[in-house]
Amino acid sequence: MGSASSSPGRPAAAEEPEPEVAPLRSTVREGVKIVIVGGFGVGKTTMVRSVSEIRPLSTEEVMTEAGVGIDDVAGVRGKNTTTVAFDFGRISLDEHLVLYLFGAPGQERFWFLWDRLFAGTLGAVVLLDTRRVEDSWYAIDRLEHHNMPFVVARNNFGQPTHTLEEVRDALSLDPGVPLVDCDARRRESSRDVLITLVQHVYALSSAAYGAMAGAAS
Amino acid sequence: MSREAIDRETPDRLYTITGGRSRAHTDVFDLVTLVVAESEPTPGMQSEHTRILRMCRAPRAVVEISAALRLPISVTRILLCDLLDAGRITVRQPTRSAGAQESLGLPFAHPDVLKEVLVGLRQL
Repeated sequence: MGSASSSPGRPAAAEEPEPEVAPLRSTVREGVKIVIVGGFGVGKTTMVRSVSEIRPLSTEEVMTEAGVGIDDVAGVRGKNTTTVAFDFGRISLDEHLVLYLFGAPGQERFWFLWDRLFAGTLGAVVLLDTRRVEDSWYAIDRLEHHNMPFVVARNNFGQPTHTLEEVRDALSLDPGVPLVDCDARRRESSRDVLITLVQHVYALSSAAYGAMAGAAS
Repeated sequence: MSREAIDRETPDRLYTITGGRSRAHTDVFDLVTLVVAESEPTPGMQSEHTRILRMCRAPRAVVEISAALRLPISVTRILLCDLLDAGRITVRQPTRSAGAQESLGLPFAHPDVLKEVLVGLRQL
């Protein structure tokens, strides 16, 4: 339907297939992003997959000791470079707006890339690994450092060994930060985590913009 | 997608693809900036440019282009800058979210954008 009707004059054959991912609607105007942060194996990609309209894709950024990017790659040819890979998926929210979900590793080197990759992110989900709470401490600390609003979700598909209140205490989590259980394998559950996040950011944003409007009048 | 395809890339090959350019005015290309081709590829064009023009007949985000090319974000941004400078692509700029947010110095997206996101998520 879409591509054939929108480009009637184009030759249909003799082209390499490009690419296998379904295109966005032609009316889409704006992309927004949400980042899911968590350690290896905690379920980031599972969560992305459960709500994404496309099979999760992955890409990466290049980093050297000196900094980030091809400029540095070109400058230090032959020296060690390292890469940070991340997964992403996509949700077309309406005819104009598309949401990209990124699953990002929480390790130290990732945070050097935050400003370059994730400035302007709506908010973040910290996917909690109850076996490695210290990983989440670090992610929470970094998100606060970047002034990035976030919620914490415990990916929990068994009998929980701790109550959420105990988890909140263990994380020293601010009472204002939502903490929820989820099952990242389930679409509705992952969607509800995203709704919790956006509601949380909406409350913060409304207050901030309201205060600004009040100060201006 | 296999990670190995990118991981085996050497800095030398990336250097070749970008013509050794060290930096570009790449700030326009956020991960989710939507890119649209404004012309068809022409013979003799660098193959990465050709592929970008083909895949952007419909709007496509920078991060999707990077994934399809199996090239790092920073390399993809340089290739996109070439095409933007040549007038072969345009970008659909966010009207309300990131730009407005930064100019006001607030760490939050505008409530109108967030409300629209909420409506969309509730329909999933």
